[in-house]
Amino acid sequence: MSASLQTRTAAPLLQVDHLTMRFGGLVAINDLSFEARAGDITALIGPNGAGKTTVFNCITGFYKPTEGMITLTHPDGSSYLLERLPDFRINWRAKVARTFQNIRLFQGMTVLENLLVAQHNPLMIASGMTFLGVLGTKGYRESSRKSIEKAEYWLEKTGLVERADDAAGDLPYGAQRRLEIARAMCTDPVLLCLDEPAAGLNPRESLELNTLLRSIRKDHGTAILLIEHDMSVVMEISDHVVVLDYGTKIADGTPEEVRNDPRVIAAYLGVEDEEVEEVEAEVEVVAEQVEAEHKA
Amino acid sequence: MEVFLQQLINGLTLGSIYGLIAIGYTMVFGIIGMVNFAHGDVFMVGGFIALMCFMILTAWLGLAVIPSLLLVLLIGMILTGLWNWTIERVAYRPLRGSFRLAPLISAIGMSIFLANLVQVLQGPRNKPLPPMIQGNFVLMGSESTTVVLAYKQIVIVVVTVALLIAFWWLVQKTPLGRAQRACEQDRKMAALLGIDVDRTISITFVIGAALAAVAGVMYLMYYGVVSFSDGFVPGVKAFTAAVLGGIGSLPGAVLGGLLIGLIETMWSAYFTIDYKDVAAFSILAITLIFLPTGILGRPEVEKV
Amino acid sequence: MTIAAQTSLPAARAAESQIPKAAREAGFAALVMLGLSFPILALRTEQNMSNELILTSRWSWALIACIAVFIARFVQILFRSALAKTLTVFGSLVLLGGLARAAGAAFDTFAASVFAIGVALVALGLVWERRAATTPPSTRTAAERFAWFAPAKPYVAPFALGLLAAYPLLALAAVGQGGSIKWIDNFGIQILIYIMLGWGLNIVVGLAGLLDLGYVAFYAVGAYAYALISTQVIPATFPGLGVWAFWICLPISGLLAALWGILLGFPVLRLRGDYLAIVTLAFGEIIRLVLINWVDFSNGYAGISSIPRPSFFGVPFNASDEGFAALFGLEFSPIYRTIFLYYVILCLALLTAFVTVRLRRLPVGRAWEALREDEIACRSLGINTTNTKLTAFALGAMFGGFAGCFFAARQGFISPESFTFLESAQVLAIVVLGGTGSLLGVVIASIALVGGFEILRELDFLKQVFGESFDPTQYRTLLFGLSMVLIMLWKPRGLVSTREPTAFLKESKAVSSSLVKEGHG
Repeated sequence: MSASLQTRTAAPLLQVDHLTMRFGGLVAINDLSFEARAGDITALIGPNGAGKTTVFNCITGFYKPTEGMITLTHPDGSSYLLERLPDFRINWRAKVARTFQNIRLFQGMTVLENLLVAQHNPLMIASGMTFLGVLGTKGYRESSRKSIEKAEYWLEKTGLVERADDAAGDLPYGAQRRLEIARAMCTDPVLLCLDEPAAGLNPRESLELNTLLRSIRKDHGTAILLIEHDMSVVMEISDHVVVLDYGTKIADGTPEEVRNDPRVIAAYLGVEDEEVEEVEAEVEVVAEQVEAEHKA
Repeated sequence: MEVFLQQLINGLTLGSIYGLIAIGYTMVFGIIGMVNFAHGDVFMVGGFIALMCFMILTAWLGLAVIPSLLLVLLIGMILTGLWNWTIERVAYRPLRGSFRLAPLISAIGMSIFLANLVQVLQGPRNKPLPPMIQGNFVLMGSESTTVVLAYKQIVIVVVTVALLIAFWWLVQKTPLGRAQRACEQDRKMAALLGIDVDRTISITFVIGAALAAVAGVMYLMYYGVVSFSDGFVPGVKAFTAAVLGGIGSLPGAVLGGLLIGLIETMWSAYFTIDYKDVAAFSILAITLIFLPTGILGRPEVEKV
Repeated sequence: MTIAAQTSLPAARAAESQIPKAAREAGFAALVMLGLSFPILALRTEQNMSNELILTSRWSWALIACIAVFIARFVQILFRSALAKTLTVFGSLVLLGGLARAAGAAFDTFAASVFAIGVALVALGLVWERRAATTPPSTRTAAERFAWFAPAKPYVAPFALGLLAAYPLLALAAVGQGGSIKWIDNFGIQILIYIMLGWGLNIVVGLAGLLDLGYVAFYAVGAYAYALISTQVIPATFPGLGVWAFWICLPISGLLAALWGILLGFPVLRLRGDYLAIVTLAFGEIIRLVLINWVDFSNGYAGISSIPRPSFFGVPFNASDEGFAALFGLEFSPIYRTIFLYYVILCLALLTAFVTVRLRRLPVGRAWEALREDEIACRSLGINTTNTKLTAFALGAMFGGFAGCFFAARQGFISPESFTFLESAQVLAIVVLGGTGSLLGVVIASIALVGGFEILRELDFLKQVFGESFDPTQYRTLLFGLSMVLIMLWKPRGLVSTREPTAFLKESKAVSSSLVKEGHG
């Protein structure tokens, strides 16, 4: 866990500065700032309705933030202001890919086709904006073959290769979640945003997911930003945790730090601001007890 | 100025008729999310029922015009409601919850069927009636132009307003209206809470048709003629009105109807009558481009 | 019947016990029919000598309608087998027709034979139902039931193509020169035009999932482009090119239509679902109304006539010495032009199919289908949805323009009457009835709808049943509308309801249409 913390590069990959998003009178995100570093797995947690998915939607361009700046800096130094890019360019140029809370696959298309659609832009160029593709030139056939190889690679990685020719809508739930990650990875992202990837998975599938995410980070150097409720996943794999409550950041640090942060506990248990200190005291007592038990 | 006032009166009258038809579109869309393409033709059938009932009452039974008209309104609403009830039951209900285009095609087929059924049964010619209500007020007179408010225009606007109030009460204050609004929000949940969704949808179709029947009577009274092909153009315009006002919104439908009526009459007066429909459709397209959910439609926040 | 019911399966007994319920339901349906038939069916408005409207009554029609509805509903509830239902209801209608004839005219041999046919059909239906009720229902899926067909599947397309190519010659051989023009023109060319339009619209509706209710506008643009350029522009500028007019204008018409598609599409394609539908419908109407009203440009309602016919690549089809017949040493006959036109539209349609098949396997085609499935996911994968929609819209429009150009050249006369909403509805119906995105489905649906529509012209024998004043052609549109409703009720997903994948790793497996989305825009 700490290995990547030590070797990380100086500039953050994603920097969110003073992000605010209002819907009419409702403030979904309020002056939020945080960073995600290259090669890290950053978790965004918080109670329901804390504004986590809204942050994702701002980063991936589905919402235009009311205020604030979202900067993405590639390892090669080029940087993009995400709040100014239209959504499709965020994926294509800035190389940010995402999955969705309620899975959005192309259900009537096969698993393989789903992964080919994800390689739309490079294939579009290879097909000479369709014209060379209609003629079936050698260059296009070559890149078409490569795109299938790449899809196959990700299918093997996610354990879906046996089902490559089945309709995506026919897959069981856990497999659909994995396919969505594979599809996002086919766009070669530098940052992968996962919206509750473990939701609805059984414990075994959850473990497999951990392995997959670790391998994505290790083998591809892709940084991961994830929203997750399953604390076993969050604590297990993330390097850095950001906690949101009512659209405001209430904690930011390593899993250890966050786990013991009384404000976080208060937010999850649902206590008023005034009671935070009380909870803080209680937590300390409990922590001591636990420690004592451990020692015993 | 006189021209403007006169066209304002004419536009509001015509707009009332469009608004009445538009409510049928907007209600059905609100509750089951389908465009009832046959609604314009249901309006035309309503016009025919009104025509024939009026003839029976006046020519065969010898009733006076005013009581006949009231009876015609009542019978027309019931019979046209029965038509729409049957159409929903036969052509739409079996397709509910399936492929979105299936009910649309079924509705287009129904629209073609209705228009041609009336053509086959009643003949292709226009059916003229002698004017039912004659006479008018002269509001403003000068040598060159006069502003005239015909009695029939008063009747149309008064009946429309009265019906809209009754209808508003029905939707806002009665259990039926509550059931209807609940179904609009979430049909599955409404069903789980014990609302008879099928019945509510049927009643929606009946109410929509009843209002279209009133529009049919008004149309017949205003123009004094009806023909089998009279469903399509007013139907499309009323649909346009519903979309312009914000489909799914009842006040929007009325507002849209009035706007389309006004655009049409004003355009005819100040520009050229030939292009009045082009003007109505163009304004629809332009409005939608800048206000994608219509004037009173709720702005959609894209759920990601 | 009662013996059988006592001895046979419970299903039959259950049916027996349903009779009172069925009778009640059928009675209710008949009552509704009675309500519907007043006044539109039971009375008729006519103009008398002094041009006043009068009413005449025909209560017998209402009575017949009520009886027919009663039987149909009764049979529908009681019977299980769809074929038995159809046979019995149809037989009852024929039987009623015979009765009506007997009551109206005289009980002659004709009425008797119609009556007998009706009885026979009803009896057949009853027998079939008895058989169906006593055999347990089949549990086989559709795929299993059509398993015998699977080995023949690869041969369907080549066979169909061969049949299409040979069709004019077969018609010629079957009914000779005089008779075959009707078959090649009214059936062959007419159906092929709709197949081409269907395939063109299929790109927009079937693949990209964009609901276009104004497709006829592009058809009109293509037709008027050819009509105006060939009658006005070419004679004024390069009269020598006259014989080549069709071949010069064909690409121009397509490009113009595509341009209009882009012009319209650019602002409206960000609208969703039904809004897009109404704007395209409005656009179709605007084009038609402008064509009607801008008389200087389009000659209004009167239309444009004497549009030059296509030449055989520069050789005109006429009786002159330079004509096609003379050149090939044949005797002059209009049939050559008809056959040539048939092959022209066949090639155009096949071009549409070829492009569609090809593009589906390219990134742009996959993006169309992905757009139909989930637009938001597309955007998250870096697909420029506006451009993707525009290409679908423009390409669909282009094929509509080609078809329009051909239509103008084939008719030699066009007017706004040919470009009404009914045309758009018909093409859309063909696409939807055919099944989402299925090319074969469009062919079947075109043959069924357009061919069926044309065949209704041939129903003169019905005059014998209903008397000389009966005009079967006026029922064409009526039956067309009715069949649209019935086919949708029968197969809401269209006739061909599976999707062929565009790429596969090991084997290509068809995707069930219940998973395929229909698009939101």
